[in-house]
Amino acid sequence: MTVILNQSFTGVSIGAVLLLIALGLTLTFGQMGVINMAHGEFIMAGAYTTYVLQKPIGDAGVSLLLALPVAFLVAGSMGALLEWLLIRRLYTRPLDTLLVTWGVSLMLQQLARDIFGAPNVQTTAPGLLTGSVSVAGVNLATSRLFILGFALLCVAGLAAILRTTPLGRRIRAVVQNRDLAEVSGIATGRVDRTTFFIGSGLAGMAGVALTLIGPIGPTTGTNYIVDAFLVVVVGGIGRLRGAVITAFVLGLLQSVLEYSTTVSVAKVVVLVGIVAFLQWRPQGLYTVRTRSLV
Amino acid sequence: MLEINDVRAGYDRTTVLHEVTVAVPDDGVAAVLGHNGAGKSTLLRTAMGLIRPSHGTVLLDGEDITRLAPHQRVARGMAYVPQGQQSFPHLTTAENLRLVADGSPRGGGRDAIAEALDLFPVLRELAHRRAGLLSGGQRQQLAIARALVTRPRILLLDEPTEGIQPSVVAEIETTVLSLAARGGLCVLLVEQHVGFAMRAAERYYVLEAGRVTSSGEGGTGAERTVREALSV
Repeated sequence: MTVILNQSFTGVSIGAVLLLIALGLTLTFGQMGVINMAHGEFIMAGAYTTYVLQKPIGDAGVSLLLALPVAFLVAGSMGALLEWLLIRRLYTRPLDTLLVTWGVSLMLQQLARDIFGAPNVQTTAPGLLTGSVSVAGVNLATSRLFILGFALLCVAGLAAILRTTPLGRRIRAVVQNRDLAEVSGIATGRVDRTTFFIGSGLAGMAGVALTLIGPIGPTTGTNYIVDAFLVVVVGGIGRLRGAVITAFVLGLLQSVLEYSTTVSVAKVVVLVGIVAFLQWRPQGLYTVRTRSLV
Repeated sequence: MLEINDVRAGYDRTTVLHEVTVAVPDDGVAAVLGHNGAGKSTLLRTAMGLIRPSHGTVLLDGEDITRLAPHQRVARGMAYVPQGQQSFPHLTTAENLRLVADGSPRGGGRDAIAEALDLFPVLRELAHRRAGLLSGGQRQQLAIARALVTRPRILLLDEPTEGIQPSVVAEIETTVLSLAARGGLCVLLVEQHVGFAMRAAERYYVLEAGRVTSSGEGGTGAERTVREALSV
């Protein structure tokens, strides 16, 4: 029983990390359809923001709390700038977008190496997040619990923005019918930039959370980017609920398989499972029924 | 009010409109008629800014708006109901309307939504249904209501009765005619249904292969002339 609970918690915590890093992509890739290979570097920027803030502030707790909004602004601004400089010119050319953002990704990685050096760096976690709590005989790492809670908070916040605010309605409208949105009085270019800002900002906050579970380096984001895309695709492009379910299912699956096999075999089995799933359901877990063609 | 002067426009290298001139009078209705492929929708898309003309100008109250983006034209009082009962399918009926009211610089707000729903009461009952699940007629009513929420001075309607069941067509016709009669709003109507168009219009234009081949005063008296022009 303890083993099952232990593996379940590991799976849920893997799922929480996956969810957090995929959340920004549900906006930029899921909603806008932009394959942004530099998304991982926004995660990296968020992680390095924590590192930079921790030096002058000293107190790990204060710097972590401060790093969340600052990382959101830093990564969000980088995303908005990327959208304004390059991506907005390539909306009708997805393959070119992929290549261009991949190039930007390599440049940003090199920039990080030039500034912070090639070796990974470590941030100090606040005391509260270095221990564990015992529930039903299972030790739950507080850092993992923090990430789980933070991921769920971000999902709830993003869902609330998309569903209840004028900005959310504008984002959804532009995604569904760009021309109609424009002739309905919506400045679609501004909405694109704001969407990119929020999506990239969420990646920055994910980067802050990642500093709690390991060292960070120039390729921190790249290591997660493929998994993040998988979560969005399997969940159903643009579907927040699908991304949440997929992240936790993949996390649990990986945890169970890693326990009964090895890390590599688990990864292979999960990827094969995803390929098989997408053959059966190419549109992903969730789609929306509609009678109209547009 | 709206003047489309000597406009040449199209898609990529294909020119669809050849030096077309159309004027919509103040508080009046102008109808554009023509067969499929004549360039009627292209004319409205050009007037609204979705297509940039390679030649000619679009004037609104004398101001040259040829290079303005569509959302800037909406801010100046233009509204457009495109062909095909278009909506934001994953937004509810209420969200489709609030979306426009929220962003409207002309201050429509909740009052404008209520006025639009008064014109199409069926939408009130469907407020929480996703637009993609509405019938074609309901979606067209929503499309017109959404355009009216911005409190426009000029309404561009692209075949509002196309592909819709007769009872709803009658309702849409009545609404368009009453809007035009109310004053303060002029309409540029693209329509294949000649009877409706001529009942509504003070002025008509017949478009053939991207050129105006016939134009004149509207009204039911001109219906025969228009039918003859269209049968050529």
